[in-house]
Amino acid sequence: MTETLQSPIIDIKDLSFEQGAHLLIKKSLSNLPVGGKLGISGRAPELAIHLRSWCRAQGHEVLFEKDRLDSDNLNQTANSPFIAWIVRGKASTGRWKDAQRAGAPDFREPNAIAEHPSASWGLAARGAKIEAGGPEFYFGLNIKANVWAENVPRLYAQAAAAQWNPNTAIDWETPFELPSEIETAVVQIMTYLVENETAALLVPARFLAQIHPHFREVMQLLAIQVADEARHIEVFTRRASLRGHELGLSTVGGQTSLKTLFDEPDFTLSSFLLSVLGEGTFLNLLWFLEEHAPDPITRRVAQLAAQDEARHVAFGIGHLQYQISLDPTIRERLAAAVHRRFDALAETTGLNEEVFDSLVILAAGKWTPEAISEGFGKVQQLQLEMNQSRQSRLQKLGFTTEEAENLSSLHTRNFM
Amino acid sequence: MNDFDVLVMGAVAYDPKVVTIWEGFKSYFYQNGLNFDYVLYSNYEHQVEEHLAGRFHIAWNSPLAWIRAQRLASSLGQNIEAVVMRDTDCDLTSLIVVKSDSSIADISDLKGKTVAVGAIDSPQATLIPLSYLRSRGLIPGVDCEVQYHDLLGGKHGDHIGGEREAARALIAGRADAACMIDGNHLLFLSEGTFKPQTTRVLAQTGLYDHCNFTVTNSAPRHLVERFRDLLLGMSYDDAAVRPLLDLEGLKAWRTGRTEGYRALEAAVDEFGFYDHDGNITVTNYRY
Repeated sequence: MTETLQSPIIDIKDLSFEQGAHLLIKKSLSNLPVGGKLGISGRAPELAIHLRSWCRAQGHEVLFEKDRLDSDNLNQTANSPFIAWIVRGKASTGRWKDAQRAGAPDFREPNAIAEHPSASWGLAARGAKIEAGGPEFYFGLNIKANVWAENVPRLYAQAAAAQWNPNTAIDWETPFELPSEIETAVVQIMTYLVENETAALLVPARFLAQIHPHFREVMQLLAIQVADEARHIEVFTRRASLRGHELGLSTVGGQTSLKTLFDEPDFTLSSFLLSVLGEGTFLNLLWFLEEHAPDPITRRVAQLAAQDEARHVAFGIGHLQYQISLDPTIRERLAAAVHRRFDALAETTGLNEEVFDSLVILAAGKWTPEAISEGFGKVQQLQLEMNQSRQSRLQKLGFTTEEAENLSSLHTRNFM
Repeated sequence: MNDFDVLVMGAVAYDPKVVTIWEGFKSYFYQNGLNFDYVLYSNYEHQVEEHLAGRFHIAWNSPLAWIRAQRLASSLGQNIEAVVMRDTDCDLTSLIVVKSDSSIADISDLKGKTVAVGAIDSPQATLIPLSYLRSRGLIPGVDCEVQYHDLLGGKHGDHIGGEREAARALIAGRADAACMIDGNHLLFLSEGTFKPQTTRVLAQTGLYDHCNFTVTNSAPRHLVERFRDLLLGMSYDDAAVRPLLDLEGLKAWRTGRTEGYRALEAAVDEFGFYDHDGNITVTNYRY
């Protein structure tokens, strides 16, 4: 660029507008104030034509007349012929007046995450500079207190690193033999798990699209949670079908229990019922299967699913702890939700007999009175552990021992 | 029209976005104390006739519609005025484009060749460039064949389709030259209708102007002045109005001027598009 006190002139040589001439011109114009002049020299055959058209569309004035040249610049020597002066218009700066920087990409930076991001920030990257006047997007979950958790970024990183491939993480060719009745019990448990994991996929998926994308880590974590459940559904279905058995039973009681989760419209209450109480209880079930299942493939699929579910539970607890720290009265709403769900399910039978019996058979491993007795004892122990774990999680949320005992006892007998 | 409290504008619906544009402007005017409504026509000819018949106050006119309105007004003993136009309506040019490898080096080389143009009523892609050729000694239809791309007649070339078809005819070898407004040449290059370095600009017309808001002398003056002041006061800095300006393709409104219609006026006479009283005299014009 040739600089003078008056106005600079740039020589863009052979570069035409069809090859990106506007980039060099825009860069030079950005150094000038509105009303400042930039001279253009160049040799592209249609430069003058396109320069006029481009300036018109951009709101810059273009002066071709030689007699309007600044006298001080007349003697400037450029290699290419002089084409025209551009007078910088104000539209290029006007577009960014009132633009807002939407926080910062790194959540650790001060003010990185807004408490209540604007609807017109829309889908923009967190940290982007957003032009004013954009369309408003409706995101129902647009308040940080209602979605955030301090452990979200860490959980997301863990989740992204812990993704496993159902084809290779499980050796589906591992040889094993089970008596037909035991296999039937495993298939029933798998059928039940698929139904429950379908709820665990759809419930966060419905909230995912309502979360303001400014809360990026929450959106990403829920997306992975949905993908986790997709894999769980796959591996449980695959294990159920492995020996060619028909799938097991689905009961009215089981689906009625899940429907109360599915119909819960409040993200906080849903997180509590599904992630903390439901998936929390499931975690014990999966650990039980990992320990007592009669074949290596069932043990392996339960182990992999449990790793993922532990993260889902951790997010639910983290999110609720964050929200309770800002508003402790939330606990009363959580307790009320447990009571409501208990009342809604009071007339149902709870865990279906087939699932309960299958767990006993699975834990027994054979049809002797001693084995059945032992299996029954293990399932009773499982229920005890589920109850203790629920109480412990409830206490993490600040419920007293007595409240935790009471609420845990009201949790659905269907586990999830 | 009895209701002088509402300014009514006529515009041509050359694209569905026209409704979005004028609903946006209506809301802007209303918020700024001007009661405004609009009627849409499917073609400029009907709009001009209705305007001069007093069915509405102000017309968003193409340059060709402005010329017809002026002639009709004159024959009726009325006066019309161009009150506002866009910055992007000022100082346009049209181009006559050939393929880079063509042997055509001068206007005279187009003798016996085929020149693709836009719609028969397009000022920028037909009337002005053909008049330019004529001024350089090449009589369209006699010395060269004119290949029309007559999309959406009556819309005075507002729709880009005709120009794009003409450009495609050039690339496909169905025409030896194509006419278009300068901005569309750049657009066709950037969107890929023209591959880089496959076309060459043979000639560029002089400067001319495009649309304007036209009022008759019977329009309520105080409303027209409010309308003009509100438009001229719109700033591209203002996020509330910027989307409207972007949709309508401008950065700032300017006070109307009429000197830029001379080239089109000459073309209208040369091709007998309208007579001096504003009657349509061109043949094969469907709208």
